Amino acid sequence: MKKYLWPSIKLTLILIVVLGGLYPLFLSAVAKLANGKGDGVKVMHNGRVVGYENIAQNFSDDKYFQPRPSTVNYNAAGSGGSNKSAGNPDYLKTVQERIDTFMVHNPDVKKSEIPVELITASASGLDPHLSPSGALVQVSRIAKARGISPEKLKELIKNNTQGPVLGLFGVSTINVLKLNIALDDMK
Amino acid sequence: MNTAIAGVIATYGITLLLAWPLSRYFVKVFRGDKTWSDFMSPIERLFFKIAGINPKEEMNWKEHMKALLTINLVWFIYAFFVLLFQDKLPLNPDGNPGQSADLAFNTAISFLVNCNLQHYSGETGVTYFTQLFVLAFLQFVSAATGIAALVVVFKALKEKSTTQLGNFWDYFLKTITRILLPLSIVIALIFIFNGMPASYEGKDTVVTMQGDTVNVSRGPAAGFVAIKHLGTNGGGWFGANSAHPLENPNYVTWMTEMVAQVVIPIAMVFALGLFIQRRKFANIIFAIMTIGMICLLIPSIQNEVAGNPLISKMGIDQAAGAMEGKEVRFGAAATGYWSTVTTIISTGSVCGWHDSTMPLTGLMELLGMMLNCFYGGCGVGILNYYIFIIIAVFISGLMVGRTPEFMGHKLEAREVKIAALVTLLSPFLILVGTALSSYVLVNYPDANWAVKPSSWLNNPGYHGFSEMLYEYTSSNANNGSGFEGLGDGNFFWNITTGFVLILGRYLPIIGPVAIAGIMASKKYIPESAGTLRTDSVTFGVMTFAVIIILTALSYFPALALGPIAEYFSL
Repeated sequence: MKKYLWPSIKLTLILIVVLGGLYPLFLSAVAKLANGKGDGVKVMHNGRVVGYENIAQNFSDDKYFQPRPSTVNYNAAGSGGSNKSAGNPDYLKTVQERIDTFMVHNPDVKKSEIPVELITASASGLDPHLSPSGALVQVSRIAKARGISPEKLKELIKNNTQGPVLGLFGVSTINVLKLNIALDDMK
Repeated sequence: MNTAIAGVIATYGITLLLAWPLSRYFVKVFRGDKTWSDFMSPIERLFFKIAGINPKEEMNWKEHMKALLTINLVWFIYAFFVLLFQDKLPLNPDGNPGQSADLAFNTAISFLVNCNLQHYSGETGVTYFTQLFVLAFLQFVSAATGIAALVVVFKALKEKSTTQLGNFWDYFLKTITRILLPLSIVIALIFIFNGMPASYEGKDTVVTMQGDTVNVSRGPAAGFVAIKHLGTNGGGWFGANSAHPLENPNYVTWMTEMVAQVVIPIAMVFALGLFIQRRKFANIIFAIMTIGMICLLIPSIQNEVAGNPLISKMGIDQAAGAMEGKEVRFGAAATGYWSTVTTIISTGSVCGWHDSTMPLTGLMELLGMMLNCFYGGCGVGILNYYIFIIIAVFISGLMVGRTPEFMGHKLEAREVKIAALVTLLSPFLILVGTALSSYVLVNYPDANWAVKPSSWLNNPGYHGFSEMLYEYTSSNANNGSGFEGLGDGNFFWNITTGFVLILGRYLPIIGPVAIAGIMASKKYIPESAGTLRTDSVTFGVMTFAVIIILTALSYFPALALGPIAEYFSL
């Protein structure tokens, strides 16, 4: 073993410099060319930074599209999910409460129309997206709260929907932050 | 066909399309043929010169293992102390504290052995310095360790009769300079231009649209996430791993991460056939591994897409599937695919929490790690499969009543004993560990650890048992995923899984290398009409049967108490 000790230590030191030092430094330099300069992509509205494109934020007001439930209270200082199992009775109680709350705020929606994503917590707690049905189900509430016609809101959702990759692979998503900014900009 | 399933199929298709040319390239690198990456040779020569290594010196299998273990020991000591004192080192913009001794022990080992169990959260438990100079560094070198060990076995299988199996340092360094580093750079660039952070900026503070003040953790994640997948490591930059929208921003990065984690394991199978010039032998192995994967994959996707039956009973729309602990931009089908792939190969990264997957998906995840040889982790997957081949050759030999032979060498008592020990090690570590934790949980619920045993489990009943079973299975398989509800950030789990990690890593590397090394040194017997053909479909099926029977016998009782019981109780 002794024969290999010094070579091991020296090779380790070299590789620490290359892999731990130079490799990420090089990438951070290239990242200056990317959107957001490698600091994460921010979103501006009315002249100020209102958040990060890919980080969900809380919208509790009925006038806004609401994102999925978060177990980290939408604070990206941390991240994580509930890790509750499918049959956990406490968890099922939480889900039932979310359904009840949703029904109170959205009296026009039938229970069978509530998409599951709105009553289950996301994996990161920061899921910035809704599916088209997750947004559409909130239309009648927002239409009432803002006095905008539902058709116009559906149009807005359509324009903010990002389809699958090349139209073929994956799922359709809507960025809730961008959708709400577009909503505020509607006159 | 819907686009969610099409995305999964396309992702697998891209993996295969890339694996084939990569395998040809790998073989050139390890045979020392001319390739485009030869511009790295002066750099490699310089590194060897500084380190005082002669990369042309031939080693026998024991010397290989001594070199491997020595450098791994150096890494462990380095990682342990740096993690312990990370708060006093630079690159800590968020002011995170140093790790406790037991956590540093666990973290150092788990990254050293390519597992990345992570009993901390990336946002608070480590600094940029330790993420880059310790964890990302270990993600490179641990993957290279596995691949170098596999190349020793390749070499042993190829040669007729020799003890000279090439140079460990040469295999190891070339794996980094020719394979892992260039591919990581390409992958990281894809990430960067899809919005993944890569700068050294610390936590940001933002006032949201409705006026809440929140923080956003960031950091040089892109390079880390690239090697995390390419090296089948799996440790996340952020706590939520690849479910975090900054660690996996969209479907393109999802596909990239997915391809990156399987491409080397599959390419290594093809490379085996090319290297030892037995393409048919490798193709049959590939076919068996793929069938094995599909057997685990289909029920997983089915169960996730179908959703939670108890939530269906509440009368809401479950068209999107089981969305608890999943992200909208991936969806249930893609997350199901990821859960299978990340458990059969030893990545252990997640894009949705396994703890919240349906009981049968959880069963498939556990089985994937217990089998640990369908493609498998970088290098070690084929080493695990090799052990099953040895057992299959031995059993087939007994069935036809002649001395078993493999690749022109007699398989004798010593080799079979080693293979049997390696096979028995996994159930021993997993079942004893789970039994021990269950015992502590029941008898010492108030033991004074950071998390009391009575609060370990995040879910009651059968699923709670599965959380403990999963933790030891993941440790033994060097996988690193978890049923993360488990309160594992404390002395008991840090220490016990630490030892399972070490044993589950090094014995399954030393075992196959020893068998291959011993066999290669024996007299070469040319194939005759009486030789058992190992490149036949029959032998492939035989190996598959051995794998299934050994796994079923070892684990059925434990699985019956966990996910199977949970399934029937829903």
